[in-house]
Amino acid sequence: MKITEDSPSALTALDRPNSYIGRSVPRPNMARLMQGRAQFVSDVTLPRMAHAAFVRSPHAHAKIKSIDSSAAKQAPGVVAVVTGAELSKVITPWVGVLTHLKGLKSAPQHAIAVDRACWAGEAVCAVVARSRAEAEDACELVQIEYEELIAVTDAETALDAKTLVIHPELGDNLTFERVHTAGNPEQGFKAADAVVETTFVFGRHTGVTNEPRAIVADWNAGDQRMTVYQGTQAPHMMQNLFAKHLGLQEHQVRVLTKDVGGSFGIKVHTYADEMAIVALSKLLKRPVKFVADRIESFVTDIHARDHRVKARIGVKNDGTITAWEIDDLTGIGPYSVYPRTSGIEANQVVNLTGGPYTCPNYKARARVVFLNKNVMCQYRAVGHPIATAVTEGLVELAAAKIGMDPLELRRRNLIADDAHPSQGPSGIKFEALSHHAALAHLDSMMNYAGLRAEQAALRQKGIYRGIGFASFVEVTNPSAAFYGVGGAKISAQDGATVRLDATGAVFCHIGVTEQGQGAEAVTAQCVASAFGVPIERVRVIMGDTDNTPYGGGTWASRAAGIGGEAAWQAGKALRQNVVAIAGSILQAKPDTLDIRNGVVVDRDTGKERIGLDEVARIAYFRPDTLPTGVQAELVATRHYVPRAWAFSFTNGIQASYLEVDTDSGFVKLLNHWCVEDCGTVINPQLVDEQIRGGVVQGLGAALFEQCVYDDRGQLLNGNMADYLVPMAMEMPDIECAHVVTPTADSELGAKGAGEAGTAGAPGCVMNAINDALRPLGAAALTDMPFTPGKILRALGKV
Amino acid sequence: MSEHRCDIKLTVNGETISETVEARTTLVDFLREALSLTGSHVGCEHGVCGACTVRVDGVIVRGCLMLAAQCDGAKVETIEGVSDAGEIADLQAAFERRNALQCGFCTPGMLLTAQELLRGGGVPSRDKIREQISGNYCRCTGYQAIVDAIEAVAQERAEAKR
Ligand code: FES
Ligand code: FES
Repeated sequence: MKITEDSPSALTALDRPNSYIGRSVPRPNMARLMQGRAQFVSDVTLPRMAHAAFVRSPHAHAKIKSIDSSAAKQAPGVVAVVTGAELSKVITPWVGVLTHLKGLKSAPQHAIAVDRACWAGEAVCAVVARSRAEAEDACELVQIEYEELIAVTDAETALDAKTLVIHPELGDNLTFERVHTAGNPEQGFKAADAVVETTFVFGRHTGVTNEPRAIVADWNAGDQRMTVYQGTQAPHMMQNLFAKHLGLQEHQVRVLTKDVGGSFGIKVHTYADEMAIVALSKLLKRPVKFVADRIESFVTDIHARDHRVKARIGVKNDGTITAWEIDDLTGIGPYSVYPRTSGIEANQVVNLTGGPYTCPNYKARARVVFLNKNVMCQYRAVGHPIATAVTEGLVELAAAKIGMDPLELRRRNLIADDAHPSQGPSGIKFEALSHHAALAHLDSMMNYAGLRAEQAALRQKGIYRGIGFASFVEVTNPSAAFYGVGGAKISAQDGATVRLDATGAVFCHIGVTEQGQGAEAVTAQCVASAFGVPIERVRVIMGDTDNTPYGGGTWASRAAGIGGEAAWQAGKALRQNVVAIAGSILQAKPDTLDIRNGVVVDRDTGKERIGLDEVARIAYFRPDTLPTGVQAELVATRHYVPRAWAFSFTNGIQASYLEVDTDSGFVKLLNHWCVEDCGTVINPQLVDEQIRGGVVQGLGAALFEQCVYDDRGQLLNGNMADYLVPMAMEMPDIECAHVVTPTADSELGAKGAGEAGTAGAPGCVMNAINDALRPLGAAALTDMPFTPGKILRALGKV
Repeated sequence: MSEHRCDIKLTVNGETISETVEARTTLVDFLREALSLTGSHVGCEHGVCGACTVRVDGVIVRGCLMLAAQCDGAKVETIEGVSDAGEIADLQAAFERRNALQCGFCTPGMLLTAQELLRGGGVPSRDKIREQISGNYCRCTGYQAIVDAIEAVAQERAEAKR
């Protein structure tokens, strides 16, 4: 284990000469993005392409009594007007369940609503026209008669006997329930000197990717093939689903993902309107494009969080935590989202609560209920921000109650760094974590003692600053335990194919995808290092189901840890193949040779023997000069899936320093720190930027972001003027550092880093706000987002 | 719909363009759809995100809040033109070095917005830089890397002037 700062670490044991592992090399794809020459799906145009727009239900719950599209069909430019019933002949409905989430249930969902709309924003009719503007014009002419039904919008009463059951065939509005007890919570609470009990509330929010969801589907009736340009995180998963629901073979579907304008989990799900687009293309035998506009994004992009967690912690006067208890309730939409389901986030809350700590006494219940609101599903850091804020909120409230420093209480309860392998109270298994090393590093990095002194001095002047912390664990590098075992065709493994071209450069085709996080750079670093070429000679091909090995794509912080390992192994395999051919050209034993910097060298002396360009020239153009029976194999493929551990947990701790204006209720973020351990750091700058971006998304959740619904199920702030996102002025600079505990599951030892920032930031800010306001006697704030109004109410000022 | 169409003549990245546009067509839609200049992006269509930022007569505007018809006689510059002219090559290099973009969707707008501040000369404070880009939404980076890159270029340019 070692601590690394922002700057590149010293080279690790993985290092070969000219290794790029641990170096902040720039990403290869940036120039086109900066020059306006990227190709986002919203930029794609094809010959004969038509544009779709949807008529969406204005009601949260309504029977569709009739649809009159005659006027719309006559409107200028209109190609077709298609209802849900008509489209259901082309594409079959789906049900979002997983068998390993026992009892999880949902109802069939159609691409376009048939007979009934179940949330305000659900597509009820599609219009396809020559231009989007004409399609939208014609949407206005579609006459739909609705009969409004009672909308179920309150999770707290969704299970009451007198509440309408949204899908009567399911019997009730309960999507999923999990109950878990470990150790002896009852005894734990009895043994406590103090018990803290409170309710945490997490606002419903959404991803607001800068590029909205976009898709172009092109059914070529001549080829009998469907080509789909889609901004997705999981092309092979989508290939499977498009084929399955259109009644095609998988090889008849090609999914192409070029540049994607932000994903964060928003673009890893099946969206009804995108399924409608592939079906419309099949129906109309021409390309059809759909780009959600921002207003549509707010009512159709998955929402997330929206949890109410009643929670308790028991603690002794010496700081020992004796028991945890949580009761989580979350209201999703009318359907569990396909195929990853809407039960995963609550399940994660149960899995992760109390995760960093030794206390084994734990009682948990989580319930997921259907509501007539937009669908909810996995968004960056799934469940982590909730479990972390609950755990860390309880820890700091308990520390305050027994009068102990919050870092000291953590020191006394965090799992020891030398106690691994270990497990959390829910039974999640940890290979190796470094909570104490991370905490110690944070303590000195932020100058904790100095800040406390400053805080005390400023309080005398009526300035209220707060310091808050959040220790956390993060699920990364998921094995098949996440989805595969539950029956979803979502690949846990990924493959990489590397190929030497005729000039000695290398292509790498890989199943993981680029969403801006830097997967392309990391893949190139792994291949260049393992094979032995300058990184400029590696070209990475991603996001094309016709041309990459089958893989899971990018989610759950898996691209670097899983894709990177596949690339590393493939690079090594190709090196062996090439060295074998070089050996027969040079009449040397292959194991005396190596490849460094694009040249075959003597392994021991480093003496240059033959360039890769020359090896390639001979192998491709003059194989006749090779000894008889020698066949050059200049392509190598390797796959990787984590096997020893279901997940590769990372850990870390964040701190927030902020000031609350007690007159206005505004919070000013002054500083933020994060020390985390994602194992081997392949590219320090990319890891840090993942952390920073993730922290800022978490800060949005803590302070600004919330989809506000009224009790009739209408979203009241579904636009970017009213739904607040973090902008540059309000955000602090963020300091990052790393402890490095590689996973032994892979040679590279890299774990994921994409979600740690988002996991810890909200709880950390909550704790800092409460720390600031504690001397004023304010009741603890536990209801996110912490708006000025809530802060003033807690201070009794309004 | 002929009464809703207008003829416009303008220059875009130095090229003279004469087109007939629907009155309701926004500048950014015109650039993207009629001229295939897809470097200007559409993030919100209501003036909040800044992804559609372009220059009209030397001043940055939101391409989604301006109509193409209002640009008759104007000089329009987009990220493609400004890049090719080499005007922001140093800024682009700094963005690359500092990884000041992830998905890159906000980047064209961010670069043009930053260049407007940098053209004013001097080395602005980090707060001033944050204020300048406060109307440009970036979901990926958390902004710090962008501020760092802009600050570095301001310093380089000030250095070079000395
Ligand atoms: S698209 Fe113009 S400001 Fe968002
Ligand atoms: S880099 Fe993705 S929005 Fe800024």
